[in-house]
Parts: sequence; C-alpha cells; structure tokens
Amino acid sequence: MLSQVVARFEIPYVQVLDENGNVVNPDLVPGLSDDDLRELMKRMVFTRIWDQRAIRLSRQGRLGFYAPVSGQEASMIGSEFATKKEDFLLPGYRDIPQLYFHGYPLHQLFLYSRGHQLGGKVPEGVHCMVPQIIIGAQIVQAAGVGLAFKLRGEKRVAVTYTGDGGTSQGDFYEGMNFAGAMNLPVVFFVQNNQYAISVPRELQTRAQTLAQKAIAAGIPGVQVDGMDVLAVYHVMHEAVERARNGEGPTMIEAVTFRYGPHTMSGDDPTRYRTKDVQEEWEKKDPLIRFRKFLEEKGLWSEAEEQADIEEAKEIVNNALKEADAAEKMTIPGLIDTMFEELTPTLKRQRAEFAGEEAN
Amino acid sequence: MAQMTMIQAITHALDLELARDERVLVFGEDVGKNGGVFRATEGLQQKYGPNRVFDTPLAESGIIGLANGLAIQGFRPVPEIQFFGFVFEAFDQIAGQLARTRYRTGGRYTAPVTIRSPFGGGVHTPEMHADSLEGLFVQTPGIKVVIPSTPYDAKGLLLSAIRDPDPVIFLEHMKLYRSFRQEVPEDDYTIPLGVANVVREGKHVTVIAYGAMVHVALKAAEQWSKEKGLEAEVIDLRTVNPIDIDTIVASIKKTNRAIVVQEAQRSAGAAAEIIAQINENAIYYLEAPVLRATPPDTVYPFGMIEDEWLPTPEYVLATLDKVMSL
Repeated sequence: MLSQVVARFEIPYVQVLDENGNVVNPDLVPGLSDDDLRELMKRMVFTRIWDQRAIRLSRQGRLGFYAPVSGQEASMIGSEFATKKEDFLLPGYRDIPQLYFHGYPLHQLFLYSRGHQLGGKVPEGVHCMVPQIIIGAQIVQAAGVGLAFKLRGEKRVAVTYTGDGGTSQGDFYEGMNFAGAMNLPVVFFVQNNQYAISVPRELQTRAQTLAQKAIAAGIPGVQVDGMDVLAVYHVMHEAVERARNGEGPTMIEAVTFRYGPHTMSGDDPTRYRTKDVQEEWEKKDPLIRFRKFLEEKGLWSEAEEQADIEEAKEIVNNALKEADAAEKMTIPGLIDTMFEELTPTLKRQRAEFAGEEAN
Repeated sequence: MAQMTMIQAITHALDLELARDERVLVFGEDVGKNGGVFRATEGLQQKYGPNRVFDTPLAESGIIGLANGLAIQGFRPVPEIQFFGFVFEAFDQIAGQLARTRYRTGGRYTAPVTIRSPFGGGVHTPEMHADSLEGLFVQTPGIKVVIPSTPYDAKGLLLSAIRDPDPVIFLEHMKLYRSFRQEVPEDDYTIPLGVANVVREGKHVTVIAYGAMVHVALKAAEQWSKEKGLEAEVIDLRTVNPIDIDTIVASIKKTNRAIVVQEAQRSAGAAAEIIAQINENAIYYLEAPVLRATPPDTVYPFGMIEDEWLPTPEYVLATLDKVMSL
C-alpha cells in the first residue's frame, strides 16, 4: 500500500530546430554570433567530409582502426563547441571530431588509428585523454580529472563521452555516482546512436530513457535531440557552466544515429537494422536541417559550403602526408615507454630486441 | 628510533609522505574518519584534512579510475583496495588503464599511483580477502608489485613506491601487520624497488620467498641448521615485479640448489617466473631442479583448512630435504 511519495523525477527533452530547420523553441536558441553559427556548419561539413575520406582510406588499408561518425555530427560538434579549450575531454573511440576541434592535430589522429604511439602523445596545451577502447573506462577517470580541478580550485570541467551501450557498464554508474557524491565538475555526454554494434537500445535497458540513469546518481539528466546542433549546444552549455560554477555534474543523452557501420572492421549494419529505419533517420539529418536554418537567416550559400568542402579535403590530405612521414615505431622504442626508468629485466630485453650484446 | 609494527610503519610512511608532498592523496573505503579497517590511515584525515585523506563510495573500479584521472592531472594518489581479493572489480582500471597510461600516450601522461592493499592467509577472513593474487600482476606490463615482510622494509619500500614515477601495487600481508615489532627510524629513508634482500646466509640451498613466507622460510632454515647442520640462504624478494634475478643468481652460484616458497597457488605465478629466469641465467650452476613449496592449484580455502593449505615450516623442511637428495 502506498503511503507517501518520497521523491519525484522528470526528464526534460530539448529540441530547438525541427527536421526542416524551423525554430520550435525560440526561448532556447543559443545566443551565438553569426560567425559562430557559420562555424558550427563548417565543422559539421568538415566532419562529414572527413568521415567519407576516412572510410575510403580505411578500405584502402591506409587507415587502421576507424569508427564512422556520419549522422552524429550535431552531437559531436555541438557538445565540443560548448566547452572551453582548458576543459578536459575523455573520449571514446568514435569521438575523433571532438578531439580534432579541441586542438588535437589531425595527423596524430591518423597515427592513433594506425597504432602509432605518436598518435597518443597529446600535445602540450591540448587538454584531453586519448580515445578509450574499453567501453566506460574513461567515465570513472573523468571523475578523477574533475576532482583534480576541484581540489586545485580551477574553473575547468571534465567532459566524457560514451554511447548507449556504455550506459550498461558498471563504470558508467560508478563514474556518475562518484561525481555526484563529491559534487565534481564533470559532464557525462551519452551519444545514443541506437545500436551498440548490433544490439539495439531497447535490449540494453528497460529504462524509458538513458538520461534517467542520472537520477540514481542524484544528478540531473537531460535528453536532447542529438540531430539538432543548436539544442545540443544549448544543453551542453548549461551543463558545462553549471559544472564550472561548482553546481555539480550533469548527464546528457543525445538521441542520434550512426549512418555507417560500427567500425570499418567488417561490421554489416544490414544484419541488424532495416533500410526503413536508416531512411527514417536520414530525414532528421543534422546538416540538412541546420543548413535550412542558416539559409533562412542568410548565413549559408552553396559556394561557401563548396569552399568549406575543398578546405576540408585539403586539411585531410595534408594530415595524411604528415602522418605518412612519421618515423616508424621500433620494439626498443616501445620498451622505452613501459617505465620512466627501465627495470633491469626490461633493460636486458631491450638489448636482446635491439640485437645488442646483453651485459 | 621507535619500535613499530608493520601497520604502524605504514601509517608513519603515509604521514611522512603526505607532509612532504602535497600532491599525495590517500583515499578508499573507510580510510577517512575510520582510519581504515586495519587502522593503516589512523589519524591522517584529522591531520591533513578531508581534501587529502578521504572516504570514497564503495566501488573498486571507481576508486582506481579516480586515481587514474587524478594522476594524469599531476597528483600522486595512494588509493586503498580494502582487501586484495576485491581487485577483480578494478582489474581493467589497473591492468587495462593505469599500467598502460605511459604506453598509450607515448609518455605524455603517466600514472604515479600506489595501490595499497591488505592480503594474505592465516588470519581467518571470509572468502576473497586472503588470496595471493600478485601473480596476475607479474604478467601485467607497466606495473611494479612490492610485498614487504618487515616493518622496516614496509616503510622504506612504501616511500619508494609513492615516489616512483610509475604505478606500483603495494601488498601488505595481514598476518604481518601486528605479528612483531622492529626498530624503525623516524627519519626519511627509502629502499629501492626491485632489489632483494639476503636475510639469512647459507651455503647449501637458496630459499627464495616474499611476504609472510619469508618468516616461514627462516623458521625452517633455523630448524634445518639445528637438526641437519645444513645452512639455507634465504632471500626476501621484496619486489615480485620486477624480480631481482641478479641476487638470486649470485646466491645459486654459491649454493647450487634452490627452492621457492610461495603462498600463492603453484602454477604460472611469481615462483614460475623466478624459476624460468633461473633457467635462463643460472642453469649450469644447478645440481638439482629448482623445487616449489606452494599450496596446490585450488582457490584459497577460507576458514576450516586454511592453515593446512598454507605452506608450513615442516613443508619447507621437507622440500629442503628433497632438493638436497636430488
């Protein structure tokens, strides 16, 4: 018998632009300059071009591990755009565009893809971790980065990314729970792209939304149209500024879709989703709707976008050349990165693999 | 100089390092107000405040993940896993994350984290508290594993571990926490990681041990000397990853025989690696195969038969007799 309700919760859903680029929520249109709006489009175009090029390079064997991103541009670009350069990103393996726009050199991201250690050597002044392979492992680490900022009194935010599958991991809850319990400046950004490789969202959890998983950790959870770059920017901006001001962590679920396969390592999406589903999502495309919005405001032209496409191709080509020029890794060089000072055991092994006489 | 138990030496080392280096943070389950379930962090929160010494939510993966995030931001975290049997919950955050931070980022980020954890049999804990799991980390590249056997060593090794630029697992045998006192200087001293200690000299057999087994080996050696007039040389390894093979080889050159006494199950652990390295470096000095005095390949049987399961001085004596007869 119900005697009283001790807690009530609700999960907001945020959309600013509908599928046709019409503003449906005028109060939530972010106060971005015309240049910023153009920049958001330019970055999404870059991401789409990069993705197409990366898929081709991957098929040619010129790229290593690659997880396609088309369809998720609004979620990726909109969320990163709301961070500051000194905020610290802890990405998953698909989150290459956010890293690039946070300052990570593109040629190093190529090298990361190829398993070259230079690819993981985050340059000084770029604030991020390298992409995480183990689903959810970065989420508990984000709490640690957030605690470091809090202890030092720095007004910085840790931002971590995962997908719908990642929300089933224990680390997902542990990370949110630590951040909540310690009131840390962390934003947990979930890109719900509907499939964890092949397993659909409804098999991950019986929860009605992924955003409501935040409630169990005592932190706000919000769902956003992940195909709407303005809505993503809006909720992310609120979340990072809340965190920066000491008001604690937030979890965001961006509802989105990946058009391509899970990775370029043999995944065939036709095995787990129909053409109808794909077409349904393509109607919501983030670039199309934002293009219409900009055109309406006189901030878009075919010629400008074409110029952006050419520039993107040029950037990708140059990065590829730079990656190709990197010195090959060696086994002794690899051994050198195991410890600051090699143990006697490793010194002997280093000499052996370098073909030197062991002492 | 003061007489200290091992647990007091550990508290004292943490105190010194918290005072010396403001990047050091001590945290875990019950380590704050309660001072740890074994009182290893007794009084430290009161002295250094809840920003430096604090309780965390009960989640081992979260604790080590927190340490990892703090470490890449320049802190020197000293997290505690309340009992090492709980380490499976944090295995990815240690072996998959901490130990790979330097590799993964080409040295841009490092993980100077010291994970302290009680372990070890003979104190009648529940299941998953006493297991010797160090072997799992002997096979993990990028991490060091330290196991002290005395209060003096515990302090010097813990200070070295916290100051080490790479991750270290520091395992504290529960049976040794309060079993005896020893003179421990109050000033700052370190014992280098990866350097073994010859704790008893002898010329007939080399006995390699670590943790509580050092004391079992010493007891057996004394009895062997008394009963048979034979002298065992006992090496306290102190660090099981890396293994100080040079000290072992130097001893075997003298004794030409060796046994390893290990509290962990027999196969594929530290003892197996020690013997493999002896094979590579000292086989021509041996007059008999290297034997192992270890429990069988079962899980640790908490409670009823744990004292029978653990290697005893009698078992070590029998193994010494056997290696002499070969």
